[in-house]
Amino acid sequence: MELFKYTASQLHEKLVTKEVSAVEITKAVLGRVDAVDKDVQAYITRTSESALAQAKTVDEKIERGEKISVLAGIPGALKDNICTKGIKTTCASKILATFVPPYDATVAEKLAAEDAVILGKANMDEFAMGGSTENSGFFPTRNPWNLETVPGGSSGGSAAAVAAGEAIWALGSDTGGSIRQPAAYCGVVGLKPTYGRVSRYGLVAYASSLDQIGPITRDVTDSAHVMNIISGHDAKDSTSINAGVPDYTKSLVNNIKGLKIGLPKEYFVAGMDAEVERAINKAIEQLVALGAEYKEISMPHTEYALSAYYMIAPAEASSNLARYDGVSFGHRVEGNDIIDMYKKTRSEAFGAEVKRRIMLGTYALSSGYYDAYYLKALKVRTLVKQDFDKAFEQVDVLITPTAPTTAFKIGEKANDPLAMYLQDVCTIPVNLSGVPAISLPCGFAGGMPIGMQIIGKTLGEETIIRAAYTFEQNNDYHKGFATLGEVK
Amino acid sequence: MDYEIVIGLEIHTELKTNSKIFCGCSTKFGSEQNTNVCPVCLGLPGVLPVINEKVVEFAVKAGLALNCEILPFSKFDRKNYYYPDLPKNFQTSQYDLPIAINGHLDIEVNGETKRINITRIHMEEDAGKLVHSGATISSSDSALVDYNRTGVPLLEIVSEPDIRSAEEARAYLEKVKAILEYLDISDCKMEEGSLRCDANISLRPHGQTTLGTKAEIKNLNSFRSVQRGIEYEVIRQEEILDDGGRVIQETRTWDENKGITASMRNKEQAHDYRYLPEPDLVPIVVDPARVEDIRANLPELPDARKQRLMNDHGLSDYDASIITASKAVADYFDQSVQNNGEAKAVANWLMGEVSKHLNSEGITILECPVSPKQLTELLALIEKGTISSKIAKTVFEEMWSSRKDAEVIVKEKGLVQISDSSEIIAIVEGVIASNPQSVADYKAGKDKAIGFLVGQIMKQTKGRANPDMVNTLLRERL
Ligand SMILES: [Zn+2]
Repeated sequence: MELFKYTASQLHEKLVTKEVSAVEITKAVLGRVDAVDKDVQAYITRTSESALAQAKTVDEKIERGEKISVLAGIPGALKDNICTKGIKTTCASKILATFVPPYDATVAEKLAAEDAVILGKANMDEFAMGGSTENSGFFPTRNPWNLETVPGGSSGGSAAAVAAGEAIWALGSDTGGSIRQPAAYCGVVGLKPTYGRVSRYGLVAYASSLDQIGPITRDVTDSAHVMNIISGHDAKDSTSINAGVPDYTKSLVNNIKGLKIGLPKEYFVAGMDAEVERAINKAIEQLVALGAEYKEISMPHTEYALSAYYMIAPAEASSNLARYDGVSFGHRVEGNDIIDMYKKTRSEAFGAEVKRRIMLGTYALSSGYYDAYYLKALKVRTLVKQDFDKAFEQVDVLITPTAPTTAFKIGEKANDPLAMYLQDVCTIPVNLSGVPAISLPCGFAGGMPIGMQIIGKTLGEETIIRAAYTFEQNNDYHKGFATLGEVK
Repeated sequence: MDYEIVIGLEIHTELKTNSKIFCGCSTKFGSEQNTNVCPVCLGLPGVLPVINEKVVEFAVKAGLALNCEILPFSKFDRKNYYYPDLPKNFQTSQYDLPIAINGHLDIEVNGETKRINITRIHMEEDAGKLVHSGATISSSDSALVDYNRTGVPLLEIVSEPDIRSAEEARAYLEKVKAILEYLDISDCKMEEGSLRCDANISLRPHGQTTLGTKAEIKNLNSFRSVQRGIEYEVIRQEEILDDGGRVIQETRTWDENKGITASMRNKEQAHDYRYLPEPDLVPIVVDPARVEDIRANLPELPDARKQRLMNDHGLSDYDASIITASKAVADYFDQSVQNNGEAKAVANWLMGEVSKHLNSEGITILECPVSPKQLTELLALIEKGTISSKIAKTVFEEMWSSRKDAEVIVKEKGLVQISDSSEIIAIVEGVIASNPQSVADYKAGKDKAIGFLVGQIMKQTKGRANPDMVNTLLRERL
């Protein structure tokens, strides 16, 4: 089997047993990128040279008999909204096309400290706004399972890279489903941690109260390994949780006897693909057979979550994105005066979806509308949270589809923002309440992967990892490899 | 018509923490442009603010000193507006849950005490500074931004519309400034912009309870401009109302050179700040025990110090008010008294010669070339009769310019007072002999003539003769 098809933990074994070198692994993955990225288009910026240098350092450590971490010498990708010192960080926006941060995001620092190899910066929907990566200001990314379809979004580049063998692991960010939905569409594992579990320092903000960085990997084991590295309190992020980080790999246990799982009936929305629903139901039956207790529960405010999200997230975005004005960094279009410069710069360099959300958010916060829209949305958010609190009094985890359908055709929803927003209907409530959730493959429909979402309580990552691992160990869905249309 | 003047003040003061409010950059004034900056205060993509705990402590101090209630739970909000000195295009401030509310301050104007209520005190970040290429904004074709000041912590102290005259406004501002100085939390230098003030002014017929339409006056950068700006604005509004017109709600700027206020923007053009709870900061929870700890450790404040000066040193209410209006002056007074200076004499000299010299050079007492110890030594020479009060002024002059001690100057210049009666008698007799006409005038009942004779004696002794002895000895011999 080609090296790029292995998982990080498998490659780590090969490294420590000196079966292969880190440089060989990195070259194999770089070769894969060379071969397929013209089709997949997962990367905005590639850092092949520094990647090989990092790999060489790891080989030297192995040579000297030093202990290396699980991600040491294992090549991965960072979503292009995670700041990297000296490496362009564009958020897939023309407005930041030339922006080179003078500092590293905390997660980038942590990964560097573990000698992880960074292959480059992955494509995304501009400023993480979208669910298909078609909103990238540069080019769309394609789903490695079918190049005619979208990889999901907004972390579409990260998910596609992992699925296509262009990265062994990747980091994405998730504001309303942006890790889990592309993971589902691309047949990989995506984990959105509890809000505050992973530092947001250096993550270019879309909606600060919802954004969270998390891993996209080939299996649950790698997800636990990456979580071990990136989690933890950060003095630079006031909203990060000051709690110890458990060893998530201790939760890689193939046993869910007595685990109480809940199925919230409100998540099975109109417009849900019958095959997706069938796959989830089958998965539940299987989990019950493995010893879990199953219960259907109700989360009555679910239907309002999407609307609340599209008030809160754009409101925060309208403020977060105000700094892109052409004054001191980023793209500038000269104008007759400062206001003219602002208008021209922002009109030219922001894409349609970003403009749409800035306008939505600006409107929601305007005097006279604040109470009716923004404040009301905050109240709904509290109710959605209460739904989760009540649910977790009864069950340990919740299981839902990650998305109502499998990956759709490129361009299919491009002119229908509401249809696009509906793809996040199962993932958005999780961000509003701040709890963790993981998406993992649970079947195929028409050759395209289906994702199952397992939602846990606040800081309940260990439980969802154990549930996901048990499901994975009893199935083969994660073992298939995207064909890229090479082998039909 | 005679109107009631209604004024509310918004005072902005920069806090003198070592580092900025949300990052570790220095707050030092006068550094080279754009050197006290980092990704956080430059608002680069991806950065996050972290509250400087010292700012919260300073805000609590100010709140307590201004008799406010400290909210146990307050939060930051984003005030959104576009301006090139604001790198994020929002200012992180506090909106509906400020750190302190419902305070008050008693001021004295024309011998009467008046209470000014304080609505709120909140924390926020300062903006940067624009440097225009031309002499004025309109004649400039470009501008540069200095972000050194971006993120310097500010307190905004908002009063209720309880102020009724320009004098009250000035007295209130001076007292707030004194308190901030006593707390040692701000430099309060209006000329450097570390203390700024906006005034909301409206008029209404006496007896009317509803407020008239207000204008907000900005750019009041000195105590003088606060007073003049308000006085001007009151007259402007009076004229409009007298002519049957209506005052427009607007923001106006004070032009110090022209001595007028001019419209900046009206209500329709007013900013909609679209306040948003700051999602990158957690709420500020101030433990009541911590508040009590800060309260217990508050320094002596102007009112208490004034009482102490009156009780312990016998100063008059007026003198004590003037001396305690500035912490530095009060410190100078205390240090002088500790050096065995006689309190009343120290007070007179501080309010007289010292203050006169400071004003003429435009410096503060912190830069005074004569130290409290030196001043008390000078006063001791007067007390002992070594020099007269009049000569002491000459000596002080010399101390100011040469920084020498009084005793050295008196010795060098031979300014020791002549108190030897035989020496004085000789001079007195000589003056009587050579001025028969004045002597005759005096004897004829013209009291004024004695002044001329004393003057002659002083002239001969270059002012060094003990004035009391001269008087006595002269009268004896006439
Ligand atoms: Zn800074």
